[in-house]
Amino acid sequence: MPDAKTPRDEDDDVATDVALDTADGAMAPSPVPASSQGGTIPHAAGGSLFRQIVTGNAMVSVLSVLLAIVLGGILMAVTNPRVAETAGYFFARPGDMLSEVFKPYVALVQGSLFNWAGADTAAQLYPITETLTVSTPLIFAGLGVALAFRAGLFNIGAQGQIIFGALFGAYVGFTWHLPFLLHLVVVIIAGLVGGALWGGLVGLLKARTGAHEVIVTIMLNYIANFLLLFLLTTPAFQRKGSTNPISPFLDQTALFPELLGPQFRLHAGFLVAVLATVFVWWLLNRSTLGFEFRAVGANQSAARTAGINVPRAVVLVMALAGALAGLAGIAQVSGTEKYLSGGVAASIGFDAITVALLGRSTPWGTFFAGLLFGAFRAGGVAMQAQTQTPIDIVLVIQSLIVLFIAAPPLVRAIFGLNPRKKKNATGGHGSGTGSGATAGGKIESGAATA
Amino acid sequence: MSTTTTQSGSGAPAGNSPGHTGKPGASRLVSWKAGIGLSLLAILGTILFAFMAGPKSAGFGIAEASNTGASTLAAWITLILALVISAGLGYLWFVRRSGTGSGYATVPRWIPACTVAAVIALCLAALGVAKVSKITLESGPVGWICAVVLLALAGYSVFLTQAKKTTPRWVGGVFATVFLVGFLVWIVAHGNDAEPAISLAGLIAGSVTLAVPLVFGSLSGVLCERVGVVNIAIEGQLLLGAFSAAVVATVTHNVYAGLVAAAVAGALVSLVLAVVSIKYLVNQIIVGVVLNVLISGLTSFLFSTLLTADPDGLNKPGHLPPVDVPFLSDIPIIGPILFHQSLVGYLMYIAVIVVYLGLFHTKWGLRVRAVGEHPQAADTVGINVNRTRFWNVLMGGAIAGIGGSFFTLVSVDAFSKDMSGGRGYIALAALIFGRWNPIGAFLAALLFGFADNLQSVITIIGSPVPSQFMAMLPYALTVFAVAGLVGRSRPPAASGIPYVKG
Repeated sequence: MPDAKTPRDEDDDVATDVALDTADGAMAPSPVPASSQGGTIPHAAGGSLFRQIVTGNAMVSVLSVLLAIVLGGILMAVTNPRVAETAGYFFARPGDMLSEVFKPYVALVQGSLFNWAGADTAAQLYPITETLTVSTPLIFAGLGVALAFRAGLFNIGAQGQIIFGALFGAYVGFTWHLPFLLHLVVVIIAGLVGGALWGGLVGLLKARTGAHEVIVTIMLNYIANFLLLFLLTTPAFQRKGSTNPISPFLDQTALFPELLGPQFRLHAGFLVAVLATVFVWWLLNRSTLGFEFRAVGANQSAARTAGINVPRAVVLVMALAGALAGLAGIAQVSGTEKYLSGGVAASIGFDAITVALLGRSTPWGTFFAGLLFGAFRAGGVAMQAQTQTPIDIVLVIQSLIVLFIAAPPLVRAIFGLNPRKKKNATGGHGSGTGSGATAGGKIESGAATA
Repeated sequence: MSTTTTQSGSGAPAGNSPGHTGKPGASRLVSWKAGIGLSLLAILGTILFAFMAGPKSAGFGIAEASNTGASTLAAWITLILALVISAGLGYLWFVRRSGTGSGYATVPRWIPACTVAAVIALCLAALGVAKVSKITLESGPVGWICAVVLLALAGYSVFLTQAKKTTPRWVGGVFATVFLVGFLVWIVAHGNDAEPAISLAGLIAGSVTLAVPLVFGSLSGVLCERVGVVNIAIEGQLLLGAFSAAVVATVTHNVYAGLVAAAVAGALVSLVLAVVSIKYLVNQIIVGVVLNVLISGLTSFLFSTLLTADPDGLNKPGHLPPVDVPFLSDIPIIGPILFHQSLVGYLMYIAVIVVYLGLFHTKWGLRVRAVGEHPQAADTVGINVNRTRFWNVLMGGAIAGIGGSFFTLVSVDAFSKDMSGGRGYIALAALIFGRWNPIGAFLAALLFGFADNLQSVITIIGSPVPSQFMAMLPYALTVFAVAGLVGRSRPPAASGIPYVKG
């Protein structure tokens, strides 16, 4: 860990952020740090435009991704025996080692964006459609997690909510037989209801008994998982004539239509994901309810004083977050998997947390973070097939990205971009006035987005 | 069991505001939670154990056949010791109670607990002396007896609530015990065999073994949360501990080096948690969740690349053999369960006792708890809040790391992907269920280990309850616990809130 050059100054600014985040030490900091919300970073206000850009949040995100990719590359290089081999004659033929080092990432890009080695256009474009397909459930679940974050709730329970959405949706999908489109709509509604029930339960427990949502959601994930495994052994859910714990296929009428023909897996669920993103954006930034959610997230006591029904907001936001995660379950059963199995939720629920954090809990940020992690996933599969690099490296890179993003001062310190040095030059304002100005700036930026 | 929070005459406990406790006094409000909860469970118990009792009997193996006879002396000594201790404690209890006349408040908390433990030891020793190797119970009569006792206890609780008195703790304790006995008899009697039987000694011994990583994990959680840092990263600490133990023990050909490496690895995970959450003030839950993903990815990646390429050179740690404590392991029934453990198992007992004494009976512990409850106040009296937090989190990580070594040095002799299998989260549950107390966490971990082992045992003999529901039990209990339906659980006040001096 590189030591910060001006610890005192940095501490001052960090202290301001924390005071803002924790209501002066009265509550746990919000999952979305105040310093990362809104568009501007107040500390940098005095600097040049260039300085503001390089120290801003977008830059921190980009640098975090870069840093994680570099660290991931080092990890892959160190563990690859071919790299060590080629390093032996590095000075004779440096190209060998470098190509070995970059090979996994090349395969990653080839598997997620554009395969220039493909035989025809369809084969060349297949990776990007695969990325969009894999991204779809990540975006849904990420939106669910992000929405709860904005209300100050830590929704670790996307996993369980996905399972419940998939459970409800799949049941309707293979037992009811309805005409095309109507069936799909009913399946989607069932998924929404399933997720909302499981999410709303968390909200209800939180609002009525004060149970911490992190613990409750972790436990409910396991309960949902075991419930799913149990139901898949019952006649109502198990496929006829199969001893495996898998459900029958959903009716053709219950599936999302394929967007680009049968040779691609991309389905209309992706369009629904775009719609969901627009909806969450509208909800958070244009609706009264969204304003209440954000007010509750910023400071519950203040929200209560302002006449907001906090318990109602908590239940509603968790139900909505659950419904969104439930859509991720629908994207799985009606989109890619076409049946229900024990692994229907894979690790989407946990990836969704990293997606929401990378997207800084804004709807469109989450959308693009979902695309990025979808690309990692899709590319990771190709990378594993081509270069025998285990797909687990994707988890490492993903979590490193989120770790860096969550700690902007760390990234700035690594790249020597701390804006604090500038501020020091402008004079010895007391930290009191500084914090006042900072708080004002943040509230202003918050109001601007409202 | 119950708290004085609110009264709702109609039924469900409604309108509890978190943290609100009613004032004792003239208009004392008594919660109906205990009464209603016990009644529902008693009705459930009656339906299951009495009306749905199977025609078969349930057998419980007490001791291994090979083990009997070898330890008569130890059994007699234990019997006499247990008799003396339980009589002494019982007398002390009686004197303390009747001496002041005002009830339970004046009896130190350890006396009832120790008395019960001594009486249990006494009964077990008596069984050992009598050389009983198997108990067979008719499920019908036993079921009815259990049901009647459960209903009576529930009725007593309702009666007390009606009279505006709180239900005493022993009612809950006895209720839980009877329910457990009824449940065991009922479930075993529904086995597939003609005379279904399980080995009780094996069941409990297996529970203790399964609980070892849980206990270490929850102790790590206790140390961190008591000082005000939420530790979700227990899972990662266990996993990296298991990984490093396997690799280092293989490379150095020394299992003890592996044990040390596991502690260092756990502390390393904690170091990241501490630096990022204490210095960079990131939300501790985020760091914990992300660390778990990171460690899972990292160990899986290294496993797939390095360990599978060279399993003999990197992933073949030795085995920590079980060690018998002289004499103690000869005690019938209890001996093999408690004193036939690996080194990690004995470290577990030591860790529980040290953490408990350290937290509640030393100056250091007082400081730690002060920092976790009210960091501003602790700072005012000159305690360095963040340094205390930093070292505690590191220590917690080291303990969890040792727990991780259990996976690779004791239970399985090689590392495999994600081998901690979510036990870090169960440890978290145990910590909450044990109310942030080392002893409580230890007992909760034992309970969860028991549920885990019972699930696998009854799956083998065949049971009416799907195994998935048994597996769900720890998680469901935890949800009830945090929702305040089973007792009251309150985390340290400053848990999760970073401290900035100023």
